[in-house]
Amino acid sequence: MTRLSRMAWGLVLWEILSGLALTLRYFFKPKATINYPFEKNPTSPRFKGEHALRRYPNGEERCIACKLCEAVCPAQAITIEAAPREDGSRRTTRYDIDMTKCIYCGLCEEACPVDAIVEGPNFEFATETREELLYNKAKLLDNGDRWEPELAKRLELDAPYR
Amino acid sequence: MSAFFHTDIGIIILTLLESLAIIVPLLLGVAYLTWFERKVMGAIQLRKGPNVVGPFGLWQPFADAIKMLFKETIFPAGADKILFTIAPMITFGLAVIAWAVIPVNDHWAVANINVGILYLFAISSLGVYGIIIAGWASNSKYAFLGALRSAAQMVSYEVSMGFVIVTVLMCVGSLNLNDIVLAQRHVWFAIPLLPLFVIFFISGLAETNRAPFDLAEGETEIVAGFFVEYSAMTFALFFLGEYANMILISAMTTTLFLGGWLSPIPFAPFTLIPGVFWFLLKILVCLFVFVWVRATLPRFRYDQIMSLGWKVFLPISLIWLVLTAGFLEIFGMLPHA
Repeated sequence: MTRLSRMAWGLVLWEILSGLALTLRYFFKPKATINYPFEKNPTSPRFKGEHALRRYPNGEERCIACKLCEAVCPAQAITIEAAPREDGSRRTTRYDIDMTKCIYCGLCEEACPVDAIVEGPNFEFATETREELLYNKAKLLDNGDRWEPELAKRLELDAPYR
Repeated sequence: MSAFFHTDIGIIILTLLESLAIIVPLLLGVAYLTWFERKVMGAIQLRKGPNVVGPFGLWQPFADAIKMLFKETIFPAGADKILFTIAPMITFGLAVIAWAVIPVNDHWAVANINVGILYLFAISSLGVYGIIIAGWASNSKYAFLGALRSAAQMVSYEVSMGFVIVTVLMCVGSLNLNDIVLAQRHVWFAIPLLPLFVIFFISGLAETNRAPFDLAEGETEIVAGFFVEYSAMTFALFFLGEYANMILISAMTTTLFLGGWLSPIPFAPFTLIPGVFWFLLKILVCLFVFVWVRATLPRFRYDQIMSLGWKVFLPISLIWLVLTAGFLEIFGMLPHA
């Protein structure tokens, strides 16, 4: 009996028709697509995007050349060289990140004792040549200056959870 | 002027013009069918589909065409260059040739021949050559497997398709497509011959290698089947051929079962609208179902395709053929053409 009824339902294509009805309902549903370059998804304060080197409000760069980020970086994307500055404080003379090696794990930002190196909200930094992705200290500091308001806000929002 | 069109040269020119009047809209239709398919599939999957190139993404087909034109045609090592180039031409050419007999309106066919349906059937059977030659000439195991699959599949489904067509012919008493449409003045054949209509449409899906019968391509199992090795314009020709075939099968379904150019509502304001409009509308509905089915059903397994073709469709269409013949004979409704 069950076999017969199964055959009968099969002959009238019952399951295929109900499947078609389902897809037809979806056809009229509102779409989930976001018009990307014009609309964007919200990002979390913990979003790990493009790197930036931050400064103190008085303009002094935060990085003290402790090289913890260089040590922790699993992809060995960070290269730091340090020397005492004219006023005697220890600073980096070279701070390079190879963005093509970076895996965006965020360990550099975790390791930093002074919140100098951070990963910002920016993920739209595609370039036309590979060389442009080898960031140096000037580029990173420039990123920091450009994104500072957002970087500070994101650190503040994430602070209660650390 | 009309006298000129009865001379030999005049007839040739007239036929050429008529062919152009079919081929140009057909190619445009194929181009926009790709857009239509992407839009419909997108909507079913809660996406928007192409919407960046032009308003509603309407220039997308042209962007694709330009991309295809500028790419390089790659010939694989060990491929038979001549066959490799001919195969897509055969596929595309056959898809276009078949349109010669399709009546777009009353007596609006390039060739209103008395064996129209036989011609269509013959042309659609030839379609398998393009695929087999492509698979063989590519000198690649995926292409070869895809070609074998599609050959077996198209041969199997043609049999039941043939029986369906014979049943329709029995009801009409003529092989002329124009007569077949006119015989549906009172009731479309889709209603009395509903099971055959369904079988014909599903066989049409198999015949055009569309999902859920797209084993010949089978992206997930044999990469792209018979056209893995094709690129640029040769690939584009296969693509155009597949979509032109979809439109052709829709036109065949429309002509045989959905009353061709006849208005679905048989009284005044609707019968005044030109038949071409109804014909195109019916084709569009069929194409929507093509795309809709593709977005709904997963691919069949190979043995399932074979058992569906030989163990289900063939017996049903055969039995229905005999039943229809008996019915027509007993009630004296056999047409005497």
